[in-house]
Amino acid sequence: MRRLDGALVAAVVVGALLLAAPFYYAPYRVEQIASALVLAIIVLGLGILTGFSGQISLGHSAFVGIGAYIAAILVEDHGWPYVATIPVAGAVCLGAGIVVGLPALRLRGLHLALVTLAFAAVFPAMLRRFNGLTHGNRGIRLDDAVAPGWTGLADDQWVYMVVLVTAAALFLFARNVIRSRVGRSMIAVRDDEIAAQAAGINVARVRTLAFGLSALFAGVAGALETLLVGAVAPSSFGVLPSIGYVVGLVIGGVGSLVGALIGGFAIHFLPRWAADINVQLSGVVYGGLLIALTYIAPDGIVGLGRRARRLLSSPTNQGDNKS
Amino acid sequence: MDRFLQQVADGIVNGSIYALVALALVLIHRTTGLVNFAQGELAMLSTYVAWSLLDSGASMPVAVAVTLAASFAGGALIERVLIRPVESSSPLAIVMITIGLFISVNSLAAWIWTPIGRPLRPLFGFGGDVFELPAGVRLNGQELTIVAILLVVAGALYVFFRLTRIGLLMRAASSNPTSSRLAGVNVGRLLMLGWGLAATMGALAGILVAPKLTLSPSLMLIVLIYGFAAATLGGFDSPLGAVVGGIAVGLAESLAATYVAFVGSDLKLAVAFALILVVLLVRPAGLFGSRTVHRA
Repeated sequence: MRRLDGALVAAVVVGALLLAAPFYYAPYRVEQIASALVLAIIVLGLGILTGFSGQISLGHSAFVGIGAYIAAILVEDHGWPYVATIPVAGAVCLGAGIVVGLPALRLRGLHLALVTLAFAAVFPAMLRRFNGLTHGNRGIRLDDAVAPGWTGLADDQWVYMVVLVTAAALFLFARNVIRSRVGRSMIAVRDDEIAAQAAGINVARVRTLAFGLSALFAGVAGALETLLVGAVAPSSFGVLPSIGYVVGLVIGGVGSLVGALIGGFAIHFLPRWAADINVQLSGVVYGGLLIALTYIAPDGIVGLGRRARRLLSSPTNQGDNKS
Repeated sequence: MDRFLQQVADGIVNGSIYALVALALVLIHRTTGLVNFAQGELAMLSTYVAWSLLDSGASMPVAVAVTLAASFAGGALIERVLIRPVESSSPLAIVMITIGLFISVNSLAAWIWTPIGRPLRPLFGFGGDVFELPAGVRLNGQELTIVAILLVVAGALYVFFRLTRIGLLMRAASSNPTSSRLAGVNVGRLLMLGWGLAATMGALAGILVAPKLTLSPSLMLIVLIYGFAAATLGGFDSPLGAVVGGIAVGLAESLAATYVAFVGSDLKLAVAFALILVVLLVRPAGLFGSRTVHRA
């Protein structure tokens, strides 16, 4: 009980800080925090996939891209308000995730990584091919989002708030999914596939659902990215961003809400710091981190924290930690 | 008809490259049950090394031989240093390491050689000469060499795995590492050998394909996807499947791009992607792969 309260207090503090940020920081900094939050949403979705099905996706940039393009096309060519595109992006990506994931997720092993890598590699070419819809190589440039008058917010503050509220809703959603019947069956499948099967769980369906959910998160993040950046182009959605998301997942720790937040901020700010030295350095840092963390901290920063806490607490207090 | 045969010939040439990459993937998959996502990037690195040697005045055979030897050593070293320590932990950990290799090698190459592509001259003096084959098919020397090298490599691998002691030991080690160890087989050394061979084959594919494309850090990404498609189609544990799968993917790509207007040259890669999806859906073990039966 004490532990739950601790988590609640931490969530409230982090939430309050994030809520206060746009009134304290300069607009460019606010935009940075917002895009870190968008990345955190993607990492969170990946965490649901990897943490609860043991699979990995190297193609989430494609789902982010689908979400981003849906938002851009609906706003630019059909006059939708920005905010209304967010649920559409999520729903379409849920469907796309199920279609792409279905063949691989029936099988054992890491076929999903292979399929999704191919998907991420093909995706920019598909965007260029369907240029009637996507405006081809030029991409789509949008007008900046305008804050509704009733909010009394500046435009950039409004954008930030939309991102923050969506992110908060998704984090809450993820937390509840994990504790629901679906989440428990995902955990059962991860821990012991055969036992789960014997208990009447449809393993393939649970895995596919996990992948669909993670694609949904990516799609919503894509729509938010369009809102934030105000432009989409095929070149932003290749294989390399996908690998970046995986790095975020590994940095934060698989299957942890806090970890997703840490991972999102890490993959937003790390490449920027690295780029001060050399543009290519961020890739080298990413690769090095992936390899080093796999050895040193397989459960990411959150896992390190847990281990430290366990060392500090009495040796009898080694129950399983849930977060 | 002539156009059709020309497309078939081009498909076979490209397919030979995909087959080489697929062979490298299959070699590692057979010995470790894993997919090396960094296979293509390592091949790209080898290709840069080869051309740096050529630029610094080495003769072609020397540059190629040194590169292949270095790639072999590099592959074996990666197995020993990076993969071995996590060998017994989850497959996910090893995949993470190969992805880490993928992105660091890619960025490192862009750092050293800049991300800008560079066109290359053919590898051989006769590489640019066009040869007239029967039925009006034309291929240049480089392309003919590619097919010939695939045939030689595939034949050599066949002999190696069927007839040589060390090849048989490798098969034993991959089919049952524990028993092999008990029988006195040095499994670790064989794994290093497998990774070394795979890296060598990847290097060969990179060096051969680079003059057809342009040499850039993204040289092998697309080729790797085709290699994945080839290995999936042929079966991830079958070298014969890799060769057949490679040629089939090359043919499908070439013919679809020419005769299916919707695909054109833009969506060639989508053919590979669709192929992967369909094979996994219909026949997950691939054409020649052995179906694994799990005890439930």
